Amino acid sequence: MEALIAATIGLLTAGGIYLMLRARTFPVILGLTLLSYAVNVFIFVSGRLAVNLPAIIDKTATGYTDPLPQALVLTAIVISFGMTAVIVLMALGSWLTAGHDRVDLEDGQ
Amino acid sequence: MLSHWIIAPAVLPAVLAPLIVLAFRRDLTLQRVFSTAGTIALLVLALSLLLASAREPELYRLGDWPAPFGIVLMLDRLSALMLVLTAGLALVVQLYAIGTGWDTRGKHFHALLQFQLMGLNGAFLTADAFNLFVFFEVLLIASYALMIHGAGGDRLRAGVQYVAFNLLGSSLFLIALALLYSVTGTLNMADLAGRIAVIPPGDVALIRVGAVLLMLVFAIKGALVPLQFWLPGTYATAPGPVAALFAIMTKVGAYAMIRMGTLVFPPDVAATGGLIADLLFWGALATLIVGAIGVLGATTLPRLAAFAAIASMGTLFLGVSSFTEQGITAALYYMIHSTLAGAALFLIADLIRTRQGAQGMAGKGVMACLYLAAAIALAGMPPLSGFLGKLMVMQVWSQNALVWGVILVSSFLMILGLARMGTDLFWKGPVDTTPAPPQPLALTATFALLAGLVALTVFAGPITAWLQTTAAALIDPTAYIAANALPIVEAK
Repeated sequence: MEALIAATIGLLTAGGIYLMLRARTFPVILGLTLLSYAVNVFIFVSGRLAVNLPAIIDKTATGYTDPLPQALVLTAIVISFGMTAVIVLMALGSWLTAGHDRVDLEDGQ
Repeated sequence: MLSHWIIAPAVLPAVLAPLIVLAFRRDLTLQRVFSTAGTIALLVLALSLLLASAREPELYRLGDWPAPFGIVLMLDRLSALMLVLTAGLALVVQLYAIGTGWDTRGKHFHALLQFQLMGLNGAFLTADAFNLFVFFEVLLIASYALMIHGAGGDRLRAGVQYVAFNLLGSSLFLIALALLYSVTGTLNMADLAGRIAVIPPGDVALIRVGAVLLMLVFAIKGALVPLQFWLPGTYATAPGPVAALFAIMTKVGAYAMIRMGTLVFPPDVAATGGLIADLLFWGALATLIVGAIGVLGATTLPRLAAFAAIASMGTLFLGVSSFTEQGITAALYYMIHSTLAGAALFLIADLIRTRQGAQGMAGKGVMACLYLAAAIALAGMPPLSGFLGKLMVMQVWSQNALVWGVILVSSFLMILGLARMGTDLFWKGPVDTTPAPPQPLALTATFALLAGLVALTVFAGPITAWLQTTAAALIDPTAYIAANALPIVEAK
């Protein structure tokens, strides 16, 4: 399972970085989203992988998974979700005012 | 005991901002009154915390959870200094925005400013690495909205770049924190320091990756070459007062670098060693060169101010990269100076922009004097504090001819660039005899920044002595770690 998750994170990151290097806002935003997915999974597994173990104290539990990364990843998801909404709106605004969706600025601006 | 006052600098703006949005949405006068009163209260609060910080570092537990488990805030000399600098700058920026009417060109300027202050103050106070990330995001999301305040096509497009760059930075931040957590099992900074100092050799590689990623994030915030590309476009297109407020944003990167670099990854820790200091040193030299060339090549005053901000970060990081008491003292002194001087130049650029018309510039004389004072400060010429700051940084590297060469040549390039810009602005074009628009509040705000520079020069002795004690406490963070009252972990 470790290999599978590691490969998933790697693929998501690679795809995210590739898309971020495009010159149009839509692929860049998609790339940022992919990257934030990769980051979220990465935070989640930083507490080690544990199958069928509770995060909250339970009398019948035989062991526990680390609850802190789960709390951290919730925070990270909320923040990246909000930030993505902001950049989508700003990209829409700049597309509507400038008439194109190129990311780069002309010289001297 | 001041206990609960420690969290007040983050709570006050956090309460005020929603109040301004919800209750005074339609009344600009009330917004201005409440927001200004809030910032003045913040300044008073910050000053009293500064007095209190002269004693031992003091801990504030959120929800009264003990240190490594709950989030803690920590008031020490460095965080108190940053609070005062932030509140002072914010007050000036706010008065300027009111005086020029910048806060009427878009909605919610004051609420956004307060949210920005909440993020800044929180980031300076927190002693928890993940909490630092959260406050970074708070100050960033407020800065996104402030940056595109008043909108306009160019500003929106520069804003998209700025947001994309910072989202990437946030992702790196999270990866770094997850790496550190997966190895050490903690996110409390003092606890991290203790655990990284005794890390088993097998985990050293992960810690090094985490440390470098973390420093990359702070380098993005601090506009260290080669991660400075977001800065010129953002600062040059942002509204004048917002760009002036952003003078403190790059310092957040410097603050985090100093805090993490002295507490968690000091050069005497075996896991990271001199790695961070080396990267920072070469990055700082490159930043200084790129900034100076940018100043020489800039065609508009806001762009020149943006590149001057980059160059000043280079000087600052040169001081930091030595990680000695003397170096941190110099860096802190230069940080206060460059915040005030950089903000002053952005405000002056905005004043000049509003005075320029088809017939030339109205009220040239005053503007030229203001520009001259700001230029002297930024280039680091006597008699203003920039000279003292640069001299202190050069003293830190007194054995290193390369540093001296780069600082002196870059200062020369900046003098040339600033002089050329001044000639273009004030000596060319027709003379406009129409009186300048009366903006007493805006001019007062600008003069206040320059007065701050003069005060920093006149009281350089006592200020440096105070900063030296601050730097000594940073280099030897025993008291900071002890204040966390961490439980003693038995060796495995």
